[in-house]
Amino acid sequence: MMHSKRKDRHRWRKFKSALVSFGTFAAAVSVIAPLGLVFFHLLVNGASSVNWDFFTQLPKPVGSPGGGMVNAIVGSLELLVLASVVGIPIGVLGGVYLAEYGSARGNSMLRFLADVLNGVPSITWGVVVYGLVVLRFKGFSAYAGGLALGIIMVPLILRTTEEVILLVPNGYREASLALGIARWKTIVHVVMKTASKGIITGILLALARIGGETAPLLFTAFGNRFWNHDLSQPVAALPLQIFTYAIAPYDDWHRQAWAGALVLVIGIFCVNVLVRILTRERARTTA
Amino acid sequence: MKTLIMTNLSMSTSDPIVLETRERGTETVPDTEEVPLTFRIKNLSIWYGEKRAINDVTLDISANAVTSIIGPSGCGKSTLLRSLNRMHELVPGTRIDGAVLLLGENLYALDVDPATVRRRVGMVFQKSNPFPTMSIGENVTIGLRLNGVRDQKFLNERLEKSLRMAALWDEVKDDLHKPGTSLSGGQQQRLCIARALAVEPEVILMDEPCSALDPIATAKIEELIHDLKAQYTIVIVTHNMQQAGRVSDYTAFLYLGRLVEFGPTTKIFTNPSDPQTEDYITGRFG
Repeated sequence: MMHSKRKDRHRWRKFKSALVSFGTFAAAVSVIAPLGLVFFHLLVNGASSVNWDFFTQLPKPVGSPGGGMVNAIVGSLELLVLASVVGIPIGVLGGVYLAEYGSARGNSMLRFLADVLNGVPSITWGVVVYGLVVLRFKGFSAYAGGLALGIIMVPLILRTTEEVILLVPNGYREASLALGIARWKTIVHVVMKTASKGIITGILLALARIGGETAPLLFTAFGNRFWNHDLSQPVAALPLQIFTYAIAPYDDWHRQAWAGALVLVIGIFCVNVLVRILTRERARTTA
Repeated sequence: MKTLIMTNLSMSTSDPIVLETRERGTETVPDTEEVPLTFRIKNLSIWYGEKRAINDVTLDISANAVTSIIGPSGCGKSTLLRSLNRMHELVPGTRIDGAVLLLGENLYALDVDPATVRRRVGMVFQKSNPFPTMSIGENVTIGLRLNGVRDQKFLNERLEKSLRMAALWDEVKDDLHKPGTSLSGGQQQRLCIARALAVEPEVILMDEPCSALDPIATAKIEELIHDLKAQYTIVIVTHNMQQAGRVSDYTAFLYLGRLVEFGPTTKIFTNPSDPQTEDYITGRFG
């Protein structure tokens, strides 16, 4: 009697354990599965259109098959460079300020504001830049697009820079200051150098994030079906081109949109792999 | 580099401290015969916010000798040591009263740049901290390079000289390009000493330099301290009383921020005049 009751309890416990294990497993799969599905879908629909022409040709008019998105790929790179010019200096210097200077109270305020900025929907920055730049200079431009993307980069880079700089052991700062090295030189040559991989990682992650942004570009960079080497003119961007092609009613445009999405995802995937390699090396050297 | 040499010159020619010592009498300086002084600490008090870490300490530190500061944890040893090159100021909210004179110059005068003080008064820390992004060679020369020395020949000479003085040259001369962190713990600490020596300070402060090292590495550092005192004034904080007894000429016993007793190490350890010192040294507390 006693024995069987114990056995029952044992079984019930085993059953509960299995149930919860399965539950967590299912949750994990449901997180990973969409990524796999999306990637599979992109491959099926886009792979056939990703060819040499895609990377070398301009878009063809509706109806004529072939063509590529070289202008959008180059445009996206231009926008990333412009955004970096805005986002990297401000983000990195701001992160250094938060970690090394300022008062505790002021800094927690700044930190909070940076987190709020991080949560602002990206289209808002498109609207803001439209109001401040596009209307004033009477035209869409690569500059406006780069500015909108750069603003999005700032809080991302700022927070990661701050975190990795705070991770640098205080002993290095002390050792450098004790040699009579000025504070700013200590920060640049010792602290930031020690944290450089982390800072680069933060920059890369921010670039990966804005590389796929569409909304802030809608009324800033605007998009362009042709070559444009004048940064004060509208410029094409991969996500914008995908957006335009995907909502158009033509089958060959849809195929091009799939191909563009595939290229974009692979690009961002590569950046993330690079980040993994960098962070793994960092873990090894600090160990 | 020129500026470095100039500051050194201007300091060594500064005032006749020896004479002044005689006037002050014998209460802090034993054996006043001809003891040139490096530091004169006068009525020094230091606060961290509301907390008073150092309470009215007056102490003279002799040149070309090893002075050790001993006392139980939290007694202000490290603060007193760090006040000698203004490193304690890195903690926000510090306040100071009194004066620290280095060869007659007040380190806390308003026009004194802490960086200049630290170039004259080098420091070695408890935990060895070679810069992880730099090679052994770069670690040694960083202080000179970041203070504007470009002459590669000069840097190489100073590199070898510093490593030799730190008794590390023979062990690393073929590996100067390897990361500083690839060395063993004791070697890393000697690398840090070489790094401090490379900027040619007048004083070297050591904050428990051996507490993370094994006995063999400790013996090497102690031997090094003994050799270095021919050219440098050394102040060392230690938890290890045998070490204070072995390496130092003078010993200061600090308790609750006050200087309880100061004198020649032999006297402090064999015939202390204050019962608190005796209790601490014989292990009755601390």
